[in-house]
Amino acid sequence: MRQLIRTLGILTALCVTVVAAADAGTLDDVKKKGFVRCGVSQGLPGFSNPDAKGDWTGIDVDVCRAVAAAIFGEPGKVKYLPLSAKERFTALQSGEVDVLSRNTTWTLVRDTALGLNFTGVTYYDGQGFMVPKKLNVRSAKQLNGASVCVNIGTTTELNLADYFRANRMTYKPVVYEKADEVVGAYDAGRCDVYTTDRSGLAAQRLKMKNPDDHVVLPEIISKEPLGPVVRHGDDQWFDLVKWVLYAMLEAEEYGVNSENVDQMKAGSKDPVVKRLLGLEGDMGKNLGVGNEWAYNIVKKVGNYAEIYERNVGPRTPLKLERGANALWKNGGLQYPMPVR
Amino acid sequence: MYRVTGARDPLAESEPPGKPPVWQDPRLRALVFQVLALAGVVGLGVFIVNNTIANLSKQGIASGFGFLGRTAGFGISMSLIEYAEEHTYLRAFLVGLLNTMLVSGIGIVLATLLGFVLGIMRLSRNWLIATLAAAYVEVVRNLPLLLQLFLWYFGILRQLPGPRQSVTVLDAFFLNNRGLFSPQPILEPGFGAIPLALVVALVAVVVLARWARRRRDRTGEPFPTVSVSLALLVGLPLLAATATGFPLRWEYPVLQGFNFVGGMELIPELVALVVALSTYTAAFIGEIVRAGILGVSHGQTEAAQALGLTRGQMLRLVIIPQALRIIIPPLTSQYLNLTKNSSLAAAIAYPDLVLVFAGTVLMQTGQAVEIIAVTMAVYLTFSLLISLFMNVYNRRIALVER
Ligand SMILES: N[C@@H](CCC(=O)N[C@@H](CS)C(=O)NCC(=O)O)C(=O)O
Repeated sequence: MRQLIRTLGILTALCVTVVAAADAGTLDDVKKKGFVRCGVSQGLPGFSNPDAKGDWTGIDVDVCRAVAAAIFGEPGKVKYLPLSAKERFTALQSGEVDVLSRNTTWTLVRDTALGLNFTGVTYYDGQGFMVPKKLNVRSAKQLNGASVCVNIGTTTELNLADYFRANRMTYKPVVYEKADEVVGAYDAGRCDVYTTDRSGLAAQRLKMKNPDDHVVLPEIISKEPLGPVVRHGDDQWFDLVKWVLYAMLEAEEYGVNSENVDQMKAGSKDPVVKRLLGLEGDMGKNLGVGNEWAYNIVKKVGNYAEIYERNVGPRTPLKLERGANALWKNGGLQYPMPVR
Repeated sequence: MYRVTGARDPLAESEPPGKPPVWQDPRLRALVFQVLALAGVVGLGVFIVNNTIANLSKQGIASGFGFLGRTAGFGISMSLIEYAEEHTYLRAFLVGLLNTMLVSGIGIVLATLLGFVLGIMRLSRNWLIATLAAAYVEVVRNLPLLLQLFLWYFGILRQLPGPRQSVTVLDAFFLNNRGLFSPQPILEPGFGAIPLALVVALVAVVVLARWARRRRDRTGEPFPTVSVSLALLVGLPLLAATATGFPLRWEYPVLQGFNFVGGMELIPELVALVVALSTYTAAFIGEIVRAGILGVSHGQTEAAQALGLTRGQMLRLVIIPQALRIIIPPLTSQYLNLTKNSSLAAAIAYPDLVLVFAGTVLMQTGQAVEIIAVTMAVYLTFSLLISLFMNVYNRRIALVER
C-alpha cells in the first residue's frame, strides 16, 4: 500500500508539472535568454551552411543575425538549430526555436493549419529539375518514367507529383529525409533526376562529385517564396521579424549600406533615412526594441543587396542573378513596406 | 499490489468475531486505493488530452482525423495495392502499413529459417561449421543494426551499375542500382484450376497426416507423411496445369527510356531492409535455438538412441519438439524486435508506415499528434498480435509435451 501512496504522489506531482506550453511574449523571452534561437537547414550553401570555422553563414542565417542585431545590437547573439525539412515545423511549433529561417516555402496550409505565420519573402524561387548531362535530356517534358530523388516533407514532393500528373507522365519518387542523402543518392545514380528549389539545385550541386556533369532543365514548375516563419499567436514577435526583413530592403532602396550607414546617420537629410536609422520617430519603440534597431541591422549585417551578393549572388559559387529578387524599382518583386 | 477479488487473507479468517473498524479492513483499503490510483491515471490522461487540444487550438493548429479523407497528392515508389496521387491520405496510410507488413513478414520467415540453421550449425560436431556459425553470430549480433543496414544499402546495393549496364541473367533477370527486375507471371483464363488443385492437395495432406498419426499411435508403424505430402502438393497442381495447357504467360522487363518497365520489380530499399533485418535477427534466433536444444535433457537423447532412432528422427521427433518449448517465448520477442526495427526503413527511403505516414503525411498535414498516435497504435497492435499468436502456439506445444 505504501507503494500505492507513492504512485499516487508521483501522479499528482506529474499533474502539477504538466503546464501549458509557453506562448506569447517571445520577444521578452528572447531578451531574458539573451539570444535568438534560430532554426536553419542542415547545410545548404548560400542559405544556411556552417563555414570552415563552424560559423553559420548564408542569407537565411543573416536574417536571424539581423533579428539579433535589432534586439541586442549584436548579430552574434543567435543560437542555431539545424533542422531537416521534416523536423522544422514541429521544432517551431513546440517552441524549440523562436524563428525558422530555412528556405521554407510560404503556402496556405503551413500558414493556417500548421499554426504558423510567414513574415515575408527572403528569396523568390521556383522548383526545377537537374539531370546528368549524359542523359541528353533537354526538357522536363522528356522525363516520363524517370526515378526522381526528393526530400521528404517538402513542397517539392507535392509539386513533383502535380507536374507529372498534369503532364500525364509517370515517375518513381525516391524519398529521403536528409538533403545530403537525396543529393548522394542522385549523385550515385539511384535516380535519374534531382528536384528541389532552383536555388537549392545551385547550392547542392556544389556538393556533387563533378558539378559540371549536371544540367538544370529550363522548366520552373512552381512558385517557391522562401521566408522566415514564426508561431501563431504572438503578434509582437511576428511584427518584429517581419520588419527586420523590410528594414534591410528599405535600406537598399534608399542607398544605405553597412559602409555608408554612419555617414548617412550623420548627414542624410532624407526623412525616410532619418526614420529608418532612428533619428526621427519611434519606429524601434513600436516594435519593442531600441530605436537603433535598423541602424544596427544595416551596420552589422548589411542591407538586402549586401547579404544577397555576399551569399548567393553572381560572384558566389551559387552564381544566382538577382532576377525576381531585385527591388521593385529595378523590375523585381522585392517591395518593402514603408517604414513610417 | 493487492489482488482485490478472490484473494483471501488467511489472517482475517482466524480473527475473533466482533467487527474491526471499516478503515482497518485491508481488503476495503486496498480497493479504495486501487480506485484512487485508477482515477488518478484516468484523470491524468484526460488532463493531457484536454491540455493538448487546448494548446493546439490556441496556436491554431488543425486537429482531428478529417484529413484522412483528403487527397494525398504525393507519389509512393512501391505499393502492394493500387495507389495514385489522387487517392486519399487513408489510402497512403494503408500503402505504408502493407509495406511495413511485407518487410516484417518476409524478414520473420527468413530470420527464422536462417536462425534455425545457425543454431543447429553451432552445435555441429564439425569444428569448421560450428566455428563459422559462432563467428557469424558474434559479429552480426554485436554491430548496430542501422550500421548493417547502411552497409547493405549504401555499401553494396548502391555500387551496382546503372540500368543500361545491368547485370543480366538469361535475358530475363536484370540487376542494377534501381533494383532487381524479373519476369512476371500473367494469368490467363483457366488458371483457376491450379489454385483449386492446390487447395484439394492441402486438404488431402491434412487428412492424411491425421490418419497417419492415428495409425502410428495405434500400431506404432510410421508413415512417410512428409514425402507423400510433398508429392501431393506439387503433383496435383502440376497435373491441373498440364490439363489446362499451362494458362500462364510471362511478361519480361524491357529497358525503355530511363529504366526497365514491365515484369516484377524489387527495389533496392526493400532488399537492403529485408536482408539487414533478417541476417541481424537470425544471429539472435540462432542463439535461442542453440540454447533450446541444449536445454533438452541429455537423458532424452539417450532414450531416443536406446529406441534405435536415427539422428534425423531423434532431432525431429524428440529434441526439436521439446526444444521448441524453450525456444518459442524468446523467439516471440525477436519477432517483435524485427517488426519494430523495420521502421528503420525511413533511413533508406523504403516507403514503410513511418516514412509514408509519420513522414510525408505528417509533414503535409502538420497533424503530428494524431499521426504519431495512430502510428504507435499500429506498432502496438502488431506486437500484441504477434504475442497472441505465439502464446497460442506456445500453449499448444506445451500441452502436447506434457
Ligand atoms: N522550399 C521547400 C523545400 C525546402 C527544402 O527542404 N529543401 C531541401 C533541398 S534544397 C533542403 O533545404 N535541404 C537542406 C537541408 O535539409 O539541410 C519547402 O519549403 O518545402
